[in-house]
Amino acid sequence: MVDSQTELSGAITAADGTPLKKKLAQALFRSRVRAVSLVVPLFAFVLISFVIPILVLMWQGVYNDRFSKYTPNLTEKLHVWDGFSEPGEALYSALVADLKVAKKERTIGRIATRVNQEFPGTRSLFTSTARKAKKLKAPFKESVLKINKKWANIEVWRAMKLTSQDVTPAFYAAALDGRYTVDKGFVRQNENRQIYVTLFWRTVMISVSVMGLCLLLGYPVAYLLATLPLRSSNLLMIMVLLPFWTSLLVRTTAWIAILQSQGVINDLLVLVGVTTDDARFSLIYNMTGTIIAMTHILLPFMILPLYSVMKTIPPSYMRAARSLGATPTMAFLKIYMPQTIPGVGAGGLLVFILAIGYYITPALVGGQDGSLISNMIAYHMQKSLNWSLAAALGGILLAGVLLLYWAYDRVIGIDNMKLG
Amino acid sequence: MSGLTKKIIAIAGASAFVSSAAIAADLTIVSWGGAYTKSQVEAYHKPWMAKTGKSIVSEDYGGGIAEIKAQVESGNVTWDLVDVELSDAIRACDEGLLEPIDHSILTPAPDGTPAVEDFLPGTLFDCAVANIVWSSVYVYDTTKVRNWNAPTKMSDFFDTAAYPGKRGMRKSPKVTMEFALIADGVPVSEVYNVLGTEEGVARAFAKLDTIKDDVVWWEAGAQPPQLLADGEVIFTTAWNGRIFAAVASEEQSFEMVWDGQVYDLDLWVMPKGSKNKEAALDFLVFASATEQLAAQASYIPYGPARASSVAKIGTYFENDKIKMASHMPTAAGNFKNALQNDFEFWADNADQLNERFNAWLAK
Repeated sequence: MVDSQTELSGAITAADGTPLKKKLAQALFRSRVRAVSLVVPLFAFVLISFVIPILVLMWQGVYNDRFSKYTPNLTEKLHVWDGFSEPGEALYSALVADLKVAKKERTIGRIATRVNQEFPGTRSLFTSTARKAKKLKAPFKESVLKINKKWANIEVWRAMKLTSQDVTPAFYAAALDGRYTVDKGFVRQNENRQIYVTLFWRTVMISVSVMGLCLLLGYPVAYLLATLPLRSSNLLMIMVLLPFWTSLLVRTTAWIAILQSQGVINDLLVLVGVTTDDARFSLIYNMTGTIIAMTHILLPFMILPLYSVMKTIPPSYMRAARSLGATPTMAFLKIYMPQTIPGVGAGGLLVFILAIGYYITPALVGGQDGSLISNMIAYHMQKSLNWSLAAALGGILLAGVLLLYWAYDRVIGIDNMKLG
Repeated sequence: MSGLTKKIIAIAGASAFVSSAAIAADLTIVSWGGAYTKSQVEAYHKPWMAKTGKSIVSEDYGGGIAEIKAQVESGNVTWDLVDVELSDAIRACDEGLLEPIDHSILTPAPDGTPAVEDFLPGTLFDCAVANIVWSSVYVYDTTKVRNWNAPTKMSDFFDTAAYPGKRGMRKSPKVTMEFALIADGVPVSEVYNVLGTEEGVARAFAKLDTIKDDVVWWEAGAQPPQLLADGEVIFTTAWNGRIFAAVASEEQSFEMVWDGQVYDLDLWVMPKGSKNKEAALDFLVFASATEQLAAQASYIPYGPARASSVAKIGTYFENDKIKMASHMPTAAGNFKNALQNDFEFWADNADQLNERFNAWLAK
């Protein structure tokens, strides 16, 4: 049966004699190539400007060759060293050889900075020893120790052994307030330096609060937008969009003027007699200020998806529910609200993900307890230049967001999300 | 065509123009923006352009060496000269991101003193030439603090009994820790020795604990004059040039307390692989000459880095009555109890102290 069919279709040929099936496949292939070639520029753009940079940066979170690249001799010897016995002449002479080259090539700063990340306070040990390295004579152990006896500290050598490994969990350990050591494996960071876990936790809490507040404030507004007659809803829409189009910095500064202790709100409260002149409320430069300003700035991202979903819900459903005997509350809870879930999910996810990486607003109004993990990432990108730690912090943040996305997909289903 | 489309085209056109202008310029010089960049444009850029007929594009940045590092490592260096802080200059030089600068090419003083002797001690480095001395001080508003009660010492900043109210401080351990120790009675010559020990760090945090609830933390240099003008704080730490600008141009009644000031340098550096090296060196030699450094001081009260420039400092460009010399961090009356920022200490300890500082803040 199959054979006879093939024979049959094989018999049909196009005008130029090629089998029709082949001809069809060719035509389909051409159109597919055309379709793909339309997408290629965008695909290449996304790949080059988004996917590859992210992957490269993520890779830096576990890979750092700054030490081994500039200290070939020492790295080789450190790999052999067990990390416990007293460093011998072989290690010292390798050290001096590499320091000499590093001083000449001006790479000593890179080596010193890398070790300093693992063992704070050693940067100047490297730079000052390198300055004198040219004059050092064998036996090197003795002459190096004569310059600076800090080299006798085995922790310096352990830090170097650690940094000589290109692939290292040290940065992820640091990003979680831990330390990776040669002798004891993973240990907790000193208590007075533990900061990142606190900040991650605070970032999540603030993001959840902002998301909740946005939902609470945005839902009624979106409902109004969707149900009011066109004339008034247009006006309302402009009022939602106008702040959305205003510069982020301007809006943040406006909140400073409104919320500060000599600001509009406090002046009003003093005038009305709610508080006295010397007991004004601290509404800004703390977590309260961060939450208020972020909620305002992110509100449109909640309202717009909600609005687009609500717009598609026919009012007749509610009327039908009422006519079948439901109370207004019941009709809202059972009929209207479930239909808005895709909008709630989309708006909530959007606001949460934007809030979790928020940076400028917390920097300006955050004060003592309102800064977020993103401010720390910015510090390591711009100031300390510890890009590996920044990558590790960012990697954890990204993993958190992906986890959330996965949970969302399991609970609500990503197909249900409607962004507008 | 709709209005919006027109606008978009106009903006696109303008930005295309800006970027083509950047390509056409002979030099790209990068500095901190605001009143400071203005002082450099007036005192260095304009006279140099008039003299050589070449063009300069002035760009602003926010400090740090992240951009220099990115440009040098990607091999696409578009900045020819950058104005950086000392600790960044040293660090970038150690990491091989900068071109070494030969000091013998610098212009001698008008009386013939070689440049290496005319520059103040500790202002010339392998890859960097200083142009100004700036300072972190604290400030109060004379309309808010009564005359007989005016603060004079660093310890007054921490005295919440005598001066109740909020205080502005920079949200960074740098300078903040030094101020705390000076206020706690550590002599300026001992500050970094003390801060280098575990007990010293604990002592600084203990001192900061006494005012922690009263501090408003600022991050951008424009914030402290604003905080003070709004009455948000009664005292604030600040950079002296910003405060002077608020006093001289906006007629604010601010007064600086110079006791315990922590001063630092700003220096010119040349990113490695600069495409206009020759022009950049020519500009550097021109801008670091005695007259140009003195001229800059007419626009902003940052002390020139050359001894021969100090005598030539004139009056404020907007107001002949303001003699600039007395507003310099290095003026005799202001310089009595001053501390130079120790770049080596901060290069060693910035990361761990920043973590401790943030952990302390979060407590």
